[in-house]
Amino acid sequence: MAINWFKYAAPTTFYGLAGKMIPWFAVSAALLFCAGLYIGFFVAPVDAQQGEFYRIIFIHVPTSILSMFLYLIMAGYAALGLVFNTRLSSMMASAIAPTGALFAFISLWTGALWGKPMWGAWWMWDARLTSELILLFLYLGFIALHASIDDPRRADRAAALLAIVGSVNVPIIYFSVQWWNTLHQGSTIKFSGTTMHVVMQQALLIMLLACWSYAFAVVLARVRSIILERERNTTWITQIPGVAEFPEAKR
Amino acid sequence: MKNNMKPRQKRFVFIAVVVAGVALAVGLVLYALKGNVNLYFTPTQIFNNEAPHGRSFRIGGLVQEGSVKREPDGLTVSFVITDTHKSIPVVYKGILPDLFKEGKSVVVQGKVEAGGVMRAEEVLAKHDENYMPAEAADALKKAEAANAADKAALSASAPVAVPVAK
Repeated sequence: MAINWFKYAAPTTFYGLAGKMIPWFAVSAALLFCAGLYIGFFVAPVDAQQGEFYRIIFIHVPTSILSMFLYLIMAGYAALGLVFNTRLSSMMASAIAPTGALFAFISLWTGALWGKPMWGAWWMWDARLTSELILLFLYLGFIALHASIDDPRRADRAAALLAIVGSVNVPIIYFSVQWWNTLHQGSTIKFSGTTMHVVMQQALLIMLLACWSYAFAVVLARVRSIILERERNTTWITQIPGVAEFPEAKR
Repeated sequence: MKNNMKPRQKRFVFIAVVVAGVALAVGLVLYALKGNVNLYFTPTQIFNNEAPHGRSFRIGGLVQEGSVKREPDGLTVSFVITDTHKSIPVVYKGILPDLFKEGKSVVVQGKVEAGGVMRAEEVLAKHDENYMPAEAADALKKAEAANAADKAALSASAPVAVPVAK
């Protein structure tokens, strides 16, 4: 039997599916954060060069990776929405943006906290730091542009174009440390492997999985709210238990 | 473009063209700005006259081993910054970052004065992307030293002796 992939592209069915997935992602995020932070801050050995300060890597690197990946996923959904006119794709793009912006902000913030004791500067206009700042502005621009247009379908199209154009920035962030000389060090985790100590690697991997789980849980919860808001005039919404009682649903 | 394309195919082509166009434009801009995006100049570039004259800029490189000298006032430090090909002497008055060490990377901002000495306004430490516990770093250093010693012994005593496990 062929699987009907388009079944879950409809907000109607996806609403229920997302609701079932959220608890799993939320619980695994909580467990992974506890394990990752414990291993990162108490089990992993002290770094020979940077001492205890390097431990901020366990927050800095996963959030930076997520901020870039989420942008590509957001741009991908935005492009799907633009090409196929699927409602759910555009809703997913809008649901991802705030979480991506949060990760980009945490990445910049922990980077500054790490930079001051190690480099001697909170901020430096080098290629890596500047392009990550542009990523944060792209997220904020996407959210602001979407919010500034009243008709949600037109807002989707305008914001989608911004998201797609902005995706050019992501490879620039990734390769900035190779293309130019920067104060930021090169990538520790490369496609060819890593030189990192094994316990440090494990802590980093667990924190990365924790961030992914958190992102899934939050984005799915947010997309459910967006579905409720934007499909409020449809009949299926009023049949969801618990929703029909709200006066807004009957408008 | 064919006229019998479906609207969604047209939209897809439109997006592909926009992305390719923007990527090309950004690529050309970055290529034109190539030198300006770099955070610092290397000592070799300065000797090739690529660095600006009469205004502040940054040099990046290694602090040469054995070159760090502290003045009696306790604040002024002089050292040599090198890319192992060319080197520039630097004088700095201020507090150095914790990671400042001979043989490690730094980025120094300042002006090069007459006599080719850079008077630094800011010294930043640049660390590498390797993270390992102190024991692993020690083991690595010892292995390096042993390799160097083996090499020296090898070149000194020809014909080559078969290494014996100690």
